[in-house]
Amino acid sequence: MADADETSKQAERNTNVGDGIAVKKQDIARAKNEGKELTKDEKQRLRKEKKQQKKNKKDDKGESEHENVPLPPSQAVVQCQSQKAPSVAPSLALTPVSVCTSEKPAKSKAEQRAERRARQEADRAAKGKKGESAQQPPSGKSKAPPNELQPVVKRLPEHVQVDDPAAVRKLAKKLERQQIPVRSEYGYKVSLFSHLHQYSRKAPLTQQISIPSTVIHPYIVRLGLQYSQGIVAGSNARSIALLHAFQKVIQDYKTPPNEELSRDLVNKLKPYISYLNQCRPLSASMGNAIKYVKKEISNIPCLCKEEEAKKQLLSCIDNYIKEKITLAATTISAYAIEKISNGDVILVYGCSSLVNHILCDAFDKKRKFSVIVVDSRPRLEGREALRRLVKKGICCTYVLISAVSYILPEVSKVFLGAHALLANGYVMSRVGTSQIALVAKAYNVPVLVCCETYKFCERVQTDSFVSNELGNQYT
Amino acid sequence: MPVEVALSERIEAFLAELKRGGSGAGTLRGSGETARETTALLRRITGQAQWSSAGDLMEIIRKEGRRMMATQPSETTVGNMVRRVLKIIREEYARLRGSSEVTDQQESLHQLLTSGGLSEENFGQHFKDLRANVIEAINELLTELEATTDHIAMQALEHIHSNEVIMTIGRSRTVEAFLKDAALKRKFHVIVAECAPFCQGHEMATSLSEAGIETTVIADAAIFAVMSRVNKVIIGTQTVLANGGLRAVNGTHTLALAARHHSTPLIVCAPMFKLSPQFHNEEDTFHKFVSPHEVLPFTEGEILSKVNVYCPVFDYVPPELITLFISNIGGNAPSYTYRLMSELYHPEDHEL
Repeated sequence: MADADETSKQAERNTNVGDGIAVKKQDIARAKNEGKELTKDEKQRLRKEKKQQKKNKKDDKGESEHENVPLPPSQAVVQCQSQKAPSVAPSLALTPVSVCTSEKPAKSKAEQRAERRARQEADRAAKGKKGESAQQPPSGKSKAPPNELQPVVKRLPEHVQVDDPAAVRKLAKKLERQQIPVRSEYGYKVSLFSHLHQYSRKAPLTQQISIPSTVIHPYIVRLGLQYSQGIVAGSNARSIALLHAFQKVIQDYKTPPNEELSRDLVNKLKPYISYLNQCRPLSASMGNAIKYVKKEISNIPCLCKEEEAKKQLLSCIDNYIKEKITLAATTISAYAIEKISNGDVILVYGCSSLVNHILCDAFDKKRKFSVIVVDSRPRLEGREALRRLVKKGICCTYVLISAVSYILPEVSKVFLGAHALLANGYVMSRVGTSQIALVAKAYNVPVLVCCETYKFCERVQTDSFVSNELGNQYT
Repeated sequence: MPVEVALSERIEAFLAELKRGGSGAGTLRGSGETARETTALLRRITGQAQWSSAGDLMEIIRKEGRRMMATQPSETTVGNMVRRVLKIIREEYARLRGSSEVTDQQESLHQLLTSGGLSEENFGQHFKDLRANVIEAINELLTELEATTDHIAMQALEHIHSNEVIMTIGRSRTVEAFLKDAALKRKFHVIVAECAPFCQGHEMATSLSEAGIETTVIADAAIFAVMSRVNKVIIGTQTVLANGGLRAVNGTHTLALAARHHSTPLIVCAPMFKLSPQFHNEEDTFHKFVSPHEVLPFTEGEILSKVNVYCPVFDYVPPELITLFISNIGGNAPSYTYRLMSELYHPEDHEL
């Protein structure tokens, strides 16, 4: 059966392309079907082949446009303009524009664009970028039209573009290239959140997608499942778990022949990160940790031996955890304890590891205070915080978030944890935190937010709809 | 005498119902039902009890009223209906006596200072028509009570337009009728906050979606997060206080603050029998607590003995957060509440 399929595919392909390429395609198809990881050669060939296909399509389009040239110029210009419009959104609809420019050098607009492109290429060459971007002229051309916008507008993250089918297809293609299964969406979607992923959560992740174990390291597989089930939750816990998993990956890593560790390891990490993103969207703290790890890896000198390089990387990661998370918590705790006086009634919301740490430290330093833990359905994370504080011996009260305006007149301070700190000064945290702050303001109670610096991120946001994560609606 | 026995049995049965209904264990009755039953009972007392003058009747009703209110202090509709009936008795008496009722109603400051006015009356005179008149007036009151929800729902189209996103909290039969009436002609979207720990919002959402309204249920924690998309907030309440504030289900204060922050209008659908001449810091009975096992269940055994857990039922919402009251007599601003009160109750009945 499989052979019949293969031969029929082969026959189909032979009509389009030459023999040599068809044979290699067979190999690649076979390798994919067997689930083996594609070698670098095979990947490059796949890429080239796809580029070829795109070029063929472009040529067909170009020919039809050549026929239109004898038409009055205004029509063609209109066509050009209308195709330019969508290119402002950088990641979409780029190839039609490049067709326009390459096929009609006589037009003044196209000339300008060609000039701009040439300037951009010169800039890029002057910066001395690595060979990959020069090898891919389509991506070079595609960056030309939004040239003026590039320093201002960053690429829109894909997880807020679920209502755009082109972006969804692009993501699916990227995941397919990295051989990571795509997570299925839920049948009935809430229209308010149509721009965000709404995954089916009826069954755990392992029953929904098949994870190729040869592509993804088993520690990463386990980590992804722990994220998706909520076993590892909280931004500090997730970052630390991620970094430990990366340490394991680096320990088990062996540089393939003819490859450099600094480049190959970074490429190895990319599918892992996509997989983890599928299981649960990355947090700002995880993003910063990943950036740091990638930077450290690419800074490894080429002449370094593999063992030394690995040791250096492992110690770098240990240092990062120690500095940015553990020591940061101690420092913040030292500052925060000065704000707690005897007789205080402190309100906390949910379970923040940092705030719990501060309260336990303050209790050890013999401050007399009591704590009110506010919790909310459906996650009920506050119960975990309650258990930890009661175990320490702190006097606690427990209410749900709907009772917060009853209990606030008794509160002297509010301590909140943060998931991320945005560039416009806004704090992103568990849902309900803004409500607590609002009601505290109405009762004139001071609100203190505790956040480590590695959670700072460059995004800006003013409401909770534009970018968010949707949880399980079945509890 | 057998009439007396039957009557007191009736009263005892009613009190038992009240007590059971308030603990949250039995079926939670709507306030409309309680109001109707109270009024029916008062009519029965008027008809069957032994009294000779208006003063006697008022004394009997006051005594029974105090007993009823003591059974379930949080159920304010009982006290409100008692006060309404007392006002009815005063009016009928004054009409039979022939004194001009009109001037007495408008209590000017001058009147309050110079004379006691009606307080000189001891309501001692006997009129044989009084019983029939009072019963007839109470019947009118009952008719009014039965029609309140419909009158409020009739005003729905004036306030809801197409493609709006409306937010509500918990379960209110008045708001349900209001939204269903509007849904007959307009298409809009409703977001219901579930209102933990009893999660009555779930029932509300099911009922609304059966009527074909597009409904979304959110957790209480997401109220502020979602408020940026909401055009109007429409809520019900348990009681409307004398200053225009509300005693509503817990979580309503947060909702009102979030609405003010986003400059979203807050509309309260409350029939007139919920208006109560109390202030929120007057009595110890403003807050009511139920068993906290819904908040922290007994399965959390180890920490349960070391932790204080609260489960309040009501919230106070100050009048400055409210935009509009919609009642069976029309729409009013919260600042107009004092005027409505003077029309419904006599000042001497505020303290029963």
